[in-house]
Order: sequence, then structure tokens, then C-alpha cells
Amino acid sequence: MTLDQMEPGREGVIRKLDTRDKVGARLLVMGVCPGTMLRVVRNAPLKDPMEVEIDGYFISLRRSEARFVEVDPG
Amino acid sequence: MKKESGTLIALAGQPNCGKSTIFNALTGARQSVANWPGVTVDRMSGWCRIKGRRAEIVDLPGTYGLTSSSPEERVTRDFLLSSDLSLVVNVVDASNLRKGLSLTLQLLEMGVPLLVDLNMIDAATKQGISIDAAVLERSLGVPVAETSMKTGQGRANLLRVISARLDEAPAAEGLKIDYGDLEPALEELERMLSLKWEAGSGSSLRWMAVKLMEGDAEAESLLRRMNRDVEDIAVFARHSRKVFEEGLGETPEIYIGRARHHAAGILAGACTKRSRPAGPSLSDRIDSVVCHRFAGPAILVAVMYLLYYLSIVQGYRLTAYTWPWLARLRDLVEAVTPAPGFIEIPLTRSFPLWFTDSVNALLNYIPIFFILFGLIAILEDSGYMPRMAFIMDRVLRRFGLHGQSILPMVLGGVYVGGCSVPAVMSSKGIPDERSRLATILTIPLLNCLAKVPLYILLINAYFVAHRGLAMFFIATVSLLVVLPVAKVLSLTVLRTRETAPFVMEMPAYHIPTVRGVLGKAVERLWLFLRKITTIVAAVAAVVFMLLQFPGLDAWRKAHYESEKDRLAESFLSAMKGNPYGVVIENGDLMPLILYWDAYRKARMAAKGQEATSSVNRRFERRNPLFYRIAQPGGDAEAMKANRALRNLVRGRERILADMRQERLESSLLGQLGKGLEPFTRWAGFDWRVNVALLSSLAAKENSVATLGAIYEQGEGQTSLEERISAEGTGLTPLHALALMVFMVLYPPCIATAIAVKVQTNSVRWMLFSFLYPVFLGLASATLIFSLGGVLGASGIQAMTAFYGLALTLTLVAGFMRREDRKEAQLPSLPETAPALRLSGGWKAREE
Repeated sequence: MTLDQMEPGREGVIRKLDTRDKVGARLLVMGVCPGTMLRVVRNAPLKDPMEVEIDGYFISLRRSEARFVEVDPG
Repeated sequence: MKKESGTLIALAGQPNCGKSTIFNALTGARQSVANWPGVTVDRMSGWCRIKGRRAEIVDLPGTYGLTSSSPEERVTRDFLLSSDLSLVVNVVDASNLRKGLSLTLQLLEMGVPLLVDLNMIDAATKQGISIDAAVLERSLGVPVAETSMKTGQGRANLLRVISARLDEAPAAEGLKIDYGDLEPALEELERMLSLKWEAGSGSSLRWMAVKLMEGDAEAESLLRRMNRDVEDIAVFARHSRKVFEEGLGETPEIYIGRARHHAAGILAGACTKRSRPAGPSLSDRIDSVVCHRFAGPAILVAVMYLLYYLSIVQGYRLTAYTWPWLARLRDLVEAVTPAPGFIEIPLTRSFPLWFTDSVNALLNYIPIFFILFGLIAILEDSGYMPRMAFIMDRVLRRFGLHGQSILPMVLGGVYVGGCSVPAVMSSKGIPDERSRLATILTIPLLNCLAKVPLYILLINAYFVAHRGLAMFFIATVSLLVVLPVAKVLSLTVLRTRETAPFVMEMPAYHIPTVRGVLGKAVERLWLFLRKITTIVAAVAAVVFMLLQFPGLDAWRKAHYESEKDRLAESFLSAMKGNPYGVVIENGDLMPLILYWDAYRKARMAAKGQEATSSVNRRFERRNPLFYRIAQPGGDAEAMKANRALRNLVRGRERILADMRQERLESSLLGQLGKGLEPFTRWAGFDWRVNVALLSSLAAKENSVATLGAIYEQGEGQTSLEERISAEGTGLTPLHALALMVFMVLYPPCIATAIAVKVQTNSVRWMLFSFLYPVFLGLASATLIFSLGGVLGASGIQAMTAFYGLALTLTLVAGFMRREDRKEAQLPSLPETAPALRLSGGWKAREE
């Protein structure tokens, strides 16, 4: 499934990242790298953006950006 | 100033690693700020003595990597590639080593002379993380220093390591990442590059090869800049990328990213010990409240209100204490310039006074700005800013803005009373160029403090019965204008501007240090004063000319001369036979008039019995005879003289006011106001209003002052409200509403325009920010005045209708097609082979 479909509290391993757009390139630079574990921490008050913990730090991203990340939910 | 001993040191690191603290600790106050060429990214540089060496230190922008995906990364990369660097100090957050090392590995790959500074050791220790610096030093092959610079620890150690590294390069070669399946292609590229790219050292060739394989958007153009004949290399790189992707079902950039990530993980694991497992951090627990569904927005509103209250409201109160100093400055100017004549005010007096007034008007805001900049620094240093953006993004994005637009909007005056200058300046942090420009261009439409006096004047004159409603209208309508305008701008003129992903780190919360906050506040205040005040001063001079010239012609001057003579004569005849007549020597009335003016002014300023009698004593000492006329007591002759003097002074003031008004009418600005009348007539503005609006260009405070000058009447008895609402002016509430709405949409003042130029780095955007509000404002005012007039609407009806229109447009803009539709239309990802397992593939090779 893609990251934008995950509920807060769920964890998973990043399976794939679409880097054809600069969103993907940016995510990769920020450590969203296939093979890494991530956890959805919370949604913003209006459900978008979402906050994700990855490798011991936290990033927030819009749902439209989270679609670029494919996750194997654990 | 160039580096005298040729030592140039760059500080590189990821955002939130404490890099700027290190920069400040190394350079102290010896800093300067400029822009990197072509982008609005600050270029901070400073100087530092390292063992007798004078070194220039450049603080590079915080970046996660060295790709071309953001202006910060491009700036950093270009600087590292082109400069004659002595050393790059890579600052790494010790509490998250793995993340920081991914940048370190890229720097190593570039082949720059490198040194790693493990910063925030204290924060790491608190989390139970200990790092063996010696192991890290050996694995990376570069010197490693340890600091906790926030508490000031490790500065001497860092300087020692830097100095040692400058003296002698380490014997060991830096660590090289093994890119496994990509290596054959990389080696071939390196070989090809070595034939063409003479400037590069061995390891930069490898970096270039990696960039080409990553398909970096700018790698090829970078290559072409070095050597024109590189087509074969580019073709080979593109071909290899395709072959690789087809063979492994993964793009080379992901493969490279994973290799780097993996290497960083192994390195970090090898030298890090955790004494206890990581639990939920304090920041995470804070965020569960601060970003909570209901508490989050409530806290945000509270913080924004506090920001507004402390800076705008309390700061404004503080100006009562600073204003006397500025007034003293004006008095000083008044004292050293030539004294005024009876009706002839010399330019050498009026110009310095005008100039001082203009600059003072701006300097008066210093307390507000100081508090504001301090509070913003606290918001920045504490880590709350990204949370604000997190909460607000969904709403603002719908209007083409960005989560981070919230701070500039609050500063600009979402409710009544803000200032566009710091607001525009604070928009710097918005990474997305399109939303940043939309924010900068719409901020001037918010209600800045200087617009308020005109609103109050007009509401009190024309909407007395609906004062509350009118205040609510004016306080909220600006936001309802800003949002749809931002949306329209981002869909039209800004459509082609670069956007950036929203993705951002949510850094751990930090308690801001007093030093850090004060330092930032002072630095920004200084920058503001230097940049803005000089320009405002220059513009003030120009506006003065426009108001002053061509001046009165000889015939009119003669007319006023005869008025003057008539006045003087009637005074002298009233004084005939009066014993106090002796005070007038050679018929020169000016000493007495000036004495009287000064006395009146001093009496007005004196508060309380004591101050008044002290003023009296002072003036009595200065000239006992004049004093008798000014303060006749029971002396009948002195009383007669006093009455004559009052008549004289009143007459003189009337002549001066007439002259001022006539000069204004015939001035260049007055002619412009008259020339514009055909265009503004439909909006209900006559030439007087035009002149008031034109003179507000320098600073909006002028609108009320100029209206006051234009509608000045002989006896200054009635208030301005009464005068402008009087029958004679022929103005209606509809006129007033049109004027108020025009003021909402008024173009930025000169200071803001300069801030726009600085933040957009473009004169064209500045001009645009200036021109579109004029058209928009004129159109709105015309709509209100002409349509309202045709329909016979009352002021309050037209107000309600306009509000309804703005609200409708806002709702329409908010529910328009979502921006991200474009992304949704990307082809869905092709199903490919399962991702490569992490176990094999690469290992960090130590050499």
C-alpha cells in the first residue's frame, strides 16, 4: 500500500519510492529510503499533512507526497 | 576584504544540527550577510583567528544532501565545487548520527578537504547515546572533533582540530562507498571524465560519475560548464542508467541512495553505543498536545495572538517612551536650521524637518520590531515553526499559499494592526517559490498599522451609527481579499514558478538561549535599519520635491506679501501708544512671534503645576518684556498687547496654511492628482483624495496628515472628522467606503516595496506588487461607488454587499480544483520485482 493510506500508529518497511518527480528525489535525500522502517505518528488536525517517524527522526509530508512511497505494512 | 592568508573554511551540515551556533561561536560579531547569487538564500560569512591565521568562514545553508532539488542544495554544491576551499567543517548532530553521515559521505565523495564536528554531544548523552569518536575518525579517514556548542563546550577543541587539519592533511584516504552493481559503469565514467575534465581531482571525478548515474538534473549542465565536448559521456551515462534500470528493476538513484544509507547505518552502528532503548522522546510527547486535533489549533491561535499582542500592542505602548528621544532629535534639527520668516519658510529649514519627520516615522517602530524579531527568533529556535506549518498547511494550500505562510500573515495584520515589512521578511523560510511569492505579493493587502488611522477617521465621520459593524468589516475583509487574490495569482502569473515539496523535518524542541534570541533580534533589526531606512530617506527627499515644486509664482507671492503687510500694520497700529510697543525693534516682529510660538509649545508639553511654573520661569529669564506680553497677569496694557499678538499669530498661521494648500495644489503631486481625476472619478476620488493617496505612497500614515492639510480651514477649531464630513466637501458614505476599500488594497509602502525587492531578488516583482493592487483597488472602489450609486445603495448596504462578494470569492477559491490533481495523474507505478534485500549488495569499505 502507499504511505498516504496508512493510519496513525501503523508501521512498515519502505518498499519502493517513485523518484520520477522531484518529490521522490527530495524524500530520498531526507532519508526515505527503500528498506527503512517507518511509523505513522499522527495526522495534522485536518488529516493532512501527516507526520512520520523514520530512523529516529520525524518528518511531515502532505498526503499527495506520501503517495510516492510504497510501504509493506508490518 | 579578501582572505589575506588565503584560508577559507566552509561550514556544512543538515538543518537543525546546530551549525549556526557553531558559526556564531567561531566568528563572534564579525559577520556579514549577503545573498547567494541568483537565489534568496542568505550567504553568511565571518572571520575568525585560528592560531594566528585569519580565516574567512562561510556558513553554507543547511542541506540534507547535495542534489539539485532545492536552491539550498544547489548553492552549497556550487560553492563546494568552485571555491578554493581550505577546509569544510561538516557539522553532524550526534544524537542522530546515521542521518547526518549521509551528507558526510557525499562530501567525502566530492573530495573536499573535510573535518567532522560531532555537535550536540550533550543532547546525545541525555538520550543515552555515546559515540566513539576515535572509531569514527578511523572509519571515515577524516579528523573528528566533539562539541556541545549550545553550552559553549568544545570550542577550543574544535579550533585545535581545525588548525591541525589546516597544517597537515591526514595520511589516510577518505572512506569510499562501494556501489556494487553500479561500479563497472562508474569506473568507465570516471575513466572517460579523466580525459576531459582536467580541473577535477581523482575523487571529484568519482563524485561526478555518481551524479551522472543518479540522473541529477544539473549534473550534465555542470559538466558542460567545465568542458564543452562531453556529449559522449552524457550519452554513455544515459545509456547506462537505462540498462541498469531495466536489469535490476530499480533506478540507479534509489540504488545509490540505498547504498549510501546502508553505509551510513553500518558506520553509525560501529561507533555508537546506546545505554538504553529509545523511548518516546520528550518532543514527541509535547507534539501529542501541540499537534492535537483540537488543542493544536487552539494553541496556535493563542501563540499567534500572544505574538501580536506583545509586539504590536505592547510594542506600540513602548513607543511612548522612545518617541521623546526622536522628538528631541527633531527639536535639535529645528534649532540648528535657519529660523522661519514671517511667511517665508526657507528650504534649508523645511527640508531637514521633513526629512527628519519621515525617518522618525520609521524609527518610531523600533520597539515593535525589536520585540517582534525577538519573538520570531524564539519561535524559530524552539522548533515551533514547523508545527505551525503542519497545522495550517491544509487550509492555506487551498489558496495557493503554504503552511509556513501563517507567520507572515499574522505579522502583516490578519486582524487589525500589523506591519508588512517584517511580514515580508519572515516569508523567507517558505521553501516553495510559488507559495512564497503568493505570500509576499498578498501581504501588503492585510491591515497594517498605518492604514488604521484613515479607517478610524472615515468610520467616525461616515459610519458613526454602524461603528461596530464597520470596524468588523474592515478588520476581516482584508483576509477575505488576500485569500482569493493569492489563489488567482498562483493560478496565473505565478503558475510557472518553481514549487517545492512540502516534506520537512519536525525537529526536536529546544529551549532557546537568551544569547541566541537577542543576537538574532539585534542582527535583524540592524539589517532592517540599514536596508530600509536609507531607502526611505531617499524617497522622502523625492516626495518632498514633488510636493514643493514648482511652488508659488511671483504674482501669488506678491499677494501673500501684501496680506502679510496688512497684518503687520494692524498689529503695529494696535500697539501704538502701548508701553510694550518698545519690544518691537525696527518693526521686526519675528523675535516676538517665535518667542510666543516656543512659549506655547513648551506650555503645551509641560504637564502639572511644577513643570508649568518651571517653563514660566525659564521664559521669564529669557526675555522679561516678552514674557509680560505672553503672560499679562492683571496688567491691562500687556493684556491689550497679548490680544494683538494672538490676532497676529492667528493671521500668520492662516496665511501659511493658505500658501501650503496652494503650493500643494500647484505642485507636481497636485497636478498628478488632478490629471488622474478622470480615472478615479468613477471611484469617487477627486483630486484632493488623489493627492492624499499619492502622498501615502511613502508611508500610509501620510493619508490622514495630507487630508488634514487639504481640508484645513482658517480657524483650526473643528476636528478633521467634522471638516471632512461637512456638507461642503460633498462626500457621502459611499465615497468613504470606496476610499476605505481602496486603502485595504493599497500598494505596499516604500519600505515594504524594498523588502519585497530584497526577498524576491527582483525589481519586476517589486513593481508588480506595486501595480496590481492599484488596479484591483481602483476596480473595487469603482464597483462600489458607481454601481452603488446607480442602485442607490446606502454606505452600509454597499459595505454588506462587498463583504458578501469577498466571502463568496474566498469560498469559491477554497473549493476550487485541488493543486495536487496533477500528481494524481501520474501513471501508476509498474509492478516490478520485489525490492532488493538489504543483506547483500554493499558494505562500507575502509581503506
